[in-house]
Amino acid sequence: MLERVGAALMAVLAWIGDVALFGVRAIRDAFLPPYEFGEIWRHVFEIGWRSMPLIATSGLAIGVVLSMHTRASLERFGAEAMIPAGLAIALIRETGPLVTALLVAGRVGAGIGAELGAMKVTEQIDALEAVAVDSFKYLAVTRIVACIVAMPLLTTVTNFAGIVGGWIAEFTISGMSLRLYYHRAFSLIEFQDFIPSTLKTAVFGLIIGTIASYLGFTTTQGTEGVGRTSTRSVVLSSILIIVTNVVLVKLIFFFYPART
Amino acid sequence: MDDTAIRLEGVTKAFGSRKVLDDVTLDVRRKTGFCLLGRSGTGKSVTLKHIIGLMRPDRGRVLVDGRDVTSLGRRELADVRRRMGFLFQNSALFDSITVGENVAFPLRRHTDLNDKDVRKSAHAKLADVGLEKEYDKMPADLSGGMKKRAALARAMALDPEILLVDEPSAGLDPITSDEIDDLLVTLKERGTTIVMVTHDIPSARHVADDLAFLHEGKVIARGTAEELERSEHELVRAFMRSEGAG
Repeated sequence: MLERVGAALMAVLAWIGDVALFGVRAIRDAFLPPYEFGEIWRHVFEIGWRSMPLIATSGLAIGVVLSMHTRASLERFGAEAMIPAGLAIALIRETGPLVTALLVAGRVGAGIGAELGAMKVTEQIDALEAVAVDSFKYLAVTRIVACIVAMPLLTTVTNFAGIVGGWIAEFTISGMSLRLYYHRAFSLIEFQDFIPSTLKTAVFGLIIGTIASYLGFTTTQGTEGVGRTSTRSVVLSSILIIVTNVVLVKLIFFFYPART
Repeated sequence: MDDTAIRLEGVTKAFGSRKVLDDVTLDVRRKTGFCLLGRSGTGKSVTLKHIIGLMRPDRGRVLVDGRDVTSLGRRELADVRRRMGFLFQNSALFDSITVGENVAFPLRRHTDLNDKDVRKSAHAKLADVGLEKEYDKMPADLSGGMKKRAALARAMALDPEILLVDEPSAGLDPITSDEIDDLLVTLKERGTTIVMVTHDIPSARHVADDLAFLHEGKVIARGTAEELERSEHELVRAFMRSEGAG
């Protein structure tokens, strides 16, 4: 029994090691020529621009819901004037980055995993190598870099849409003007609220891109394997994002103690 | 200059406990047609993948133009691969781009040609395999045989010195199959070294000057088609008699 648990634990650790090495190699190769700027740009468009409807709609809805919840809480203390600021802080510091990462893990992680997995089982990755193209760099590095670049941009969109959603909710209930809402929302927001929490999403992008690409590159067992890769990309990316977020928040608090 | 384009020295490869190649040694002369024969699952495609460095042997060396591809770094291996073309058994066309762009892909990556010349060259390669009208179609819109021909056009895109073809006639009608064989013979006459894996004996006779028969991971017969017909192994003789296979 103990042996089996030990073997399973070793297998998990070996897998984590393999994924970590894959990610480290991707970061290293990103700085080595030849640079695949065209492919990176194409993937930023695919990952970023094409995720925009999902991200903007979700952000808007989250803003509305957050605003309603915040109102329900602050009304008890007669602090309705704090609703915009409370919502903006909650969105920018935590809700926006985390929700964006989970949404992108679902949409993009599954897509990358399935696409690369299908390429693996149909020998398209081997075909790339056969025409003297570094498949790792062309397929994995470009997608990972694109995820890293796109995540902070998408998070900013979520935050913006969320604040707009919050204003719509607030306007509907209290008739607050956009100007006043904007002023109150950003009255308590500082540099250290926005930059670290937005930049941490680049790490989430690294996680999504690395896990999905790794699973795609190691797909076996035909179309069934592709389906499994797609699901595992979403599940594992989401878990790792949530766990990593704890560490990153702790680090942000460490480097920006004023926030606490 | 050495007459040997490709040389396998004591190549052994196992997948788990199953030994697919067992101490295989063979060489392919420059500008000739060489054919690997054998029953399904005897390591023929694995041998091709070793030659282009997609697989590494557990033991032994694979020399291409005297360079051991098993010990080359990524860049050196890419240099060797640029001079080779590979037709995959399942075509392996890139399914996210058009047929024409599949053929143009190696040209865009490895030449300084402008877009117009790349397209012109890709069109010419597609015309060689009878697919000049399919440039803008997606691979999913082609039949299996057409995919195979498009993949052959991609393999020929850079005018490789060595062309590795895995089952070129599988899935093709007899007329198209003959056309592909004629094309391979033409390429050989122009100086390309052809290494072919096939079950199609007429095709092997037509294209190859030299044949080898793989069985249980070992080369059990080697020589011209006529020599293989007189092989001491009954399996080889039976295989060579199966003219209609393919």
